[in-house]
Amino acid sequence: MAESLLKAVNIYKSFVGVEALKNVTFEIKPGEIHCLAGENGSGKSTLIKIISGVYTPDAGYMEFEGRRYHKISPIDAIKNGIQVIYQDFSIFPNLTVMENLAFNSELADRRKMVSRRRMRQIAEEAIAKIDFQVDLDAIVGDLSVAEKQMIAISRALLFNTKLIIMDEPTTALTKREVSNLFRIILRLQERGIAILFVSHKLNEVFEISQNFTILRSGERVASGSTKELDAKKFTYYMTGREFQEYRFEWHDKGVAPLFSVNNIGIKEAFSDVSFSVHPGEIVGVTGLLDSGRSELALALFGMRTIEEGQIKVKGKVVKITSPRRAIRHKIGYLPEDRLSEGLFMSQSIADNVIISEIDRLSKVLGIVDRSKKSSEIKHWVKELAIATPNVTNACQTLSGGNQQRVVLAKWLACNLDILILNGPTVGVDIGSKHDIHRILQNLAAEGMGLIIISDDLPEVVQNCSRILVLKGGRIVADMPSSESDEKTILSYML
Amino acid sequence: MRGSFRKLTRRNEPYIFLVLLALAILIEIRSGQFFSPNNLVDIASALIVPGLLAIGAFMVIVSGGIDVSFPALASLTFYATTKSLLDINYQGGVWLAFVVSILTGALLGAFNGLFIGYFKLPTLIVTLGSSSVFKGLMQGALNSRQLTTIPVGMREWGKRALFVARNPVSGLTSRMPVAFLVFLFVLIFVYFLLRFTMFGRGIYAIGGSETSALRAGFRVVRTKVLLYVMVGIIASLAGLIRVCMMQQAHPTNMLGMEMNIIAGVVLGGTAITGGKGTLLGCMLGTLLIVIVENSLILIGVPTSYKSVFTGALIIIGTGVSAYQSRGGRR
Repeated sequence: MAESLLKAVNIYKSFVGVEALKNVTFEIKPGEIHCLAGENGSGKSTLIKIISGVYTPDAGYMEFEGRRYHKISPIDAIKNGIQVIYQDFSIFPNLTVMENLAFNSELADRRKMVSRRRMRQIAEEAIAKIDFQVDLDAIVGDLSVAEKQMIAISRALLFNTKLIIMDEPTTALTKREVSNLFRIILRLQERGIAILFVSHKLNEVFEISQNFTILRSGERVASGSTKELDAKKFTYYMTGREFQEYRFEWHDKGVAPLFSVNNIGIKEAFSDVSFSVHPGEIVGVTGLLDSGRSELALALFGMRTIEEGQIKVKGKVVKITSPRRAIRHKIGYLPEDRLSEGLFMSQSIADNVIISEIDRLSKVLGIVDRSKKSSEIKHWVKELAIATPNVTNACQTLSGGNQQRVVLAKWLACNLDILILNGPTVGVDIGSKHDIHRILQNLAAEGMGLIIISDDLPEVVQNCSRILVLKGGRIVADMPSSESDEKTILSYML
Repeated sequence: MRGSFRKLTRRNEPYIFLVLLALAILIEIRSGQFFSPNNLVDIASALIVPGLLAIGAFMVIVSGGIDVSFPALASLTFYATTKSLLDINYQGGVWLAFVVSILTGALLGAFNGLFIGYFKLPTLIVTLGSSSVFKGLMQGALNSRQLTTIPVGMREWGKRALFVARNPVSGLTSRMPVAFLVFLFVLIFVYFLLRFTMFGRGIYAIGGSETSALRAGFRVVRTKVLLYVMVGIIASLAGLIRVCMMQQAHPTNMLGMEMNIIAGVVLGGTAITGGKGTLLGCMLGTLLIVIVENSLILIGVPTSYKSVFTGALIIIGTGVSAYQSRGGRR
């Protein structure tokens, strides 16, 4: 085996008394694709920041190609060929592709004046490294997430890079973009560049990485070759819990549907969509990013108005032209992007939980009944096991999984009949994902009708009784989940 | 060709320019006075002080901040300069006035820069506070009152004209002050700074994403402190020029100008969220406000309605650019 490129040995790090890393040892060799996995708060980001010189470890040391350091600065890290691609890609959305590509090296060379010719050369050199085609004069803010990522990658390659650390690089990418990214990662590997890939997505870990390290609560719980890892072990290492996979089943008892749509459509988004949801049923809608699934989700909740067809709630035709109307018909919606659409991140957990039922909690003149309010909050925090020391903390202090629970609690407090969930477990860690799935299945068992819109196929297959596949705005398949598997669904999607 | 046309329509400057042109033509038709030489010189001379202040406000907004202290800063520097020169009975040229006000302006700007750069406090809060401090220093420590005479060097410089324009019909004349050269110099200087130096690109980069700027290796703190020092200097120049042109120092005369100046900058397409905007747009927006303030009287709009028009212009203008940027994202 080759000498290791980087070693971090017996690293300890704590913040104001909380131990973020306890005796963690990590090693990566040249040209190795290594996956660093762990739930939120497991110490992944702390480890990355120590490797890249942002934090100094309390104890332990590091070795770059045999040279030993106790502490390094970010500049030392870059000089040793380490580049970090953060989740936000560290780009300037307001500037051109050229400037985004060239600034780092210009600053590293301590340039004072701008030379557009030199910057263009640098930029061309950068994109040539991964054969990335892009208009150098385009404004980066107008590009897609995948293109922004390519900018970050090609920029990182301008330095004599030996290790690229990618922090959850696939979060906002479509399937096709992910496979394109993986192709590029493999090409970098051929050139001897090591990749440290931070992820908590199981399938990606298996697909791309040779070796893995899993952290839990600041400790290394497992590491080794990915070949020896399977889904069950992975989940266990990540969470420290064993999970039973419950596959959702539903039996038609001949009850009238709660909710049905007939031939609804919106121009240039989707058309001729019909389906119905019975009490206790979970219907899954899946499709690629441009299949019209998001527009359909928004239309069902009145955020967009349908132009043709009709929507029936409990057999009666209703017009859903605004979220307020949807809520009046006891329809709830869990949005795709909970950060911007589902939660008031800076407000307290408590206020977020009761916001949708605020009308019911108020007395005369719209003054909120405090005792009623606090009992509601207590009930839901307990019911959904939201992990927080204090409900008056801001929502942004919670992890992704717990934030999603708050959004759920918010809707459940309204006694809904129908709940539409758009990507219910995007960016949620494995443990919370299992919990959320259990909550959803329990809700259905209590008689609610659920619609899950998701491109996470295992999620759809496991939790839905019926699966609709959207493609180009039309339903191309409608099948019971017992007769479907990921492969057949995928073949309809593409 | 089509691509560059589309780029053009997505920018703000062409719209502002068209509005300006339409307004000019409207005034010309109604009064026949707009394109007369003396009116054009009057507008150019009225643009000097707001124009300088707008350049400063523009740079701050591009960096992602907002500065409301520049009128107070300008007032304090021009008052301190004029008062001290009067007190020593200075009889020399205007250069000393420039040196004194540039130094005070830089010092006061550094005060803003210190809190914003080093202590990373929100710009609006800091400049609201410093605005109060500057006003208080002027009115308390310097016991300000109107100075009806100003040092002779400043008086003469304020009266000096580059050329005199004459209206062939009415015979009215207007002087183009030498101060216009100062304005042009600052404008060209800042244009080059923003476009061709890493310091200038750093201001845009910080406005786009401060975290990214830090990670890329920009010296964010130093850039910010220097930026506010420069804005202090530019504002102090505007204050001094104002005093020289008015031939007297009125301590509260400039206070309250910040709203129209910032409005002009935003009207010119500068994103209030930072990172986006051009000096050209900023100047067009400011010019639009200046023309509305100065020339509506030519088409018979009573001066008391001036603020109604300015307000409407601001709402419509910023509304259009907000609508555009929303359209761009869809």
